[in-house]
Amino acid sequence: MSRQRRHVLAGFAALTLLAFLWADLSGPAPDPWLTLRQVGWGLMHPSLPALPALTYAAALTVAFALCGVALGAGAGLLLAPLYQFTPVRWLCVSVRAVHELFWALLLLNITGLSPTTGILAIGLPYAGIFAKVFAEYLEEASPAPSRALPRATGQITRLLWANLPQCLPQMRSYALYRVECGMRSSAVLGFIGLPTLGFQLETYFRQAHYDQAIVVLAVFFALILPLRYWLRWRLALLFILAGAALLAAQPVPPMADGAWLRFFQDIVPAPIRLDQPMLPWLDKVLIGQAWPGAINTLVLSQIALALSALLAAVAFPMIVPRVSGRIGAAVGHGLLVLVRSTPEYMLAFVLLQVFGPSMLPAILALGLHNGAIIAHLMGRHASTLTLRHDAPRGLTLWGWELFPRLSGSFWALCLYRWEIIIRESAIMGILGITTLGFYVQRNVQELRLDRVVLLLLVTIGITLAVDHLSRRLRRTMRLGNDLRIETSRGQWRT
Amino acid sequence: MVLTGVSVSIHAGDRIALLGRSGAGKSTLLSALQTEMDRAALRVAHIPQDYGQVLELSAFHNVWMGRLDDFGTFSNLRTLIWPSASQRAEVRDVLNSVGLEALDRKPVQDLSGGQRQRVALARALLRGGSVVLGDEPVSAVDPAQGADLLDALAQRFDTGILALHDVDHALRFATRIIGLKDGRIALDAAATDVSRAAIMDLYA
Repeated sequence: MSRQRRHVLAGFAALTLLAFLWADLSGPAPDPWLTLRQVGWGLMHPSLPALPALTYAAALTVAFALCGVALGAGAGLLLAPLYQFTPVRWLCVSVRAVHELFWALLLLNITGLSPTTGILAIGLPYAGIFAKVFAEYLEEASPAPSRALPRATGQITRLLWANLPQCLPQMRSYALYRVECGMRSSAVLGFIGLPTLGFQLETYFRQAHYDQAIVVLAVFFALILPLRYWLRWRLALLFILAGAALLAAQPVPPMADGAWLRFFQDIVPAPIRLDQPMLPWLDKVLIGQAWPGAINTLVLSQIALALSALLAAVAFPMIVPRVSGRIGAAVGHGLLVLVRSTPEYMLAFVLLQVFGPSMLPAILALGLHNGAIIAHLMGRHASTLTLRHDAPRGLTLWGWELFPRLSGSFWALCLYRWEIIIRESAIMGILGITTLGFYVQRNVQELRLDRVVLLLLVTIGITLAVDHLSRRLRRTMRLGNDLRIETSRGQWRT
Repeated sequence: MVLTGVSVSIHAGDRIALLGRSGAGKSTLLSALQTEMDRAALRVAHIPQDYGQVLELSAFHNVWMGRLDDFGTFSNLRTLIWPSASQRAEVRDVLNSVGLEALDRKPVQDLSGGQRQRVALARALLRGGSVVLGDEPVSAVDPAQGADLLDALAQRFDTGILALHDVDHALRFATRIIGLKDGRIALDAAATDVSRAAIMDLYA
């Protein structure tokens, strides 16, 4: 291990320790066993909730996901060729730095609790992500076909005939992967009131109807796990249109006239609007809310990242047949798929009911979800390694061959998930943990949109800073030059 | 590869074979000529060594690519998605002439190396124009077929400059032979005046 790498890792360990000392892990837990017993009883005795409502919520979950991803993919495809221009790049970076739930909280003030809100909340950040990934694909396309075209061929024709067709297969599989993410986002939007499966789950859980909540969860899995079997490319357009029709038929709660205008008035900082001194306002928002929120976000994400790394390192050999045997690998696969298909927010919500309000549920949820994703990618990578004939088996193989050989990719993956964990940590605030999302949510409820916008800017700033730091660390540690994470994520399902 | 002090004048009607060891500067000379001819606004058909194909698209599309500059963006977009029957027929005729029957709907990635090279030739034949530039355009087909394809190129284009490695092909196609050695022109003469020994010297 290089010295630089060792220094970075030691720094991470020290920060994690510090975060542990800071973190509030002991909430006023009711009695975890009491709730766990009830949840367990529900698990064993599932009972069907009102079927029409459940079916409708499931259909809406799919519809929001498909329409949101379609919007994001369409916009991303249009933006990708322009991604090299700085203003476009910054636009994409900013829209994707704001989490879907934050977008939804903002949009609720303009478009109300309507399908538009849900579609835009998914579509806007996804457009930024699609633009970036598609631009990378286009950049990697071979320049030879374009060179061979007649010189006078126009730019757009060159793009459509020579570059785009080369990237289409990757773009398709990436879009399919994104639909999976869109399903999770769509379900989670239910927690702030949109009529998806998340809304049903929250309702049943809060009423302690665990037997019915379990069924809602099962329906979600039944949709997302076999996604690649029911979402056929030939039928994609049909699915999207059906989804759009379903959403268009949704009743829209009336918004007062001039919602747009009022929104743009409200996001102007109060001191400017009301001609008051600026400093107390800044002090209140930045020192009183953004500072503690940011510290807690960083603390939560640090511990969650460490937990993800630990879980992934231990769990990835589980899906390598040479380590765990054929049956063990199949079981391991199933377990990892289940954990990474569950949205971390939903997981945190459930754990919160068990452990009571503290940072612990959020840490566990983020650690489990991200750990499962890293473990899955590592396991896949491990199965492509060529091993000697007399290579050991079992844990010896893991310790002597797999982990040492894959450690570069492993740290690169962890650093790559760091930015995503930060975004998710901020969101956990909506559940009542005092990260940035907590203050965003409170100001939304008090209709102080100027403060919401400032807090979101702080969130974007932190996300970008971590993204930048992660990229620099990867370069210093000379990691993952050979590892194309977006591509490999895109190829999950191929 | 750097060419030093190379100056060639090409006359309309010349059919030139570029000969020389690999690395002698044939490809460099070809791309320099390409730039010059583009500047002179000549209609040039180009057969690059790597064919410059989009593997995911069908043979039809890869052949039609030779004529994209004849149409506007919207027309090209329509052809990409929904080619007309007459466009298909036109391309099918050219593909038949290079010996690829009933393959126009197949993605190029499913074709063999020789078939792919013939698709590249078909693109040049469909494009037409005053000049054809080719870098080893018949290297992947058998010699007899190669000779036929070279005849087709000679018939379709007034002027042609091809890098070749088969001496028989060169003597059959060319009216003029240019031999390169170490980045310099070592031989430039009418094909009828060149002895085989002089050509073999290039490879010594």
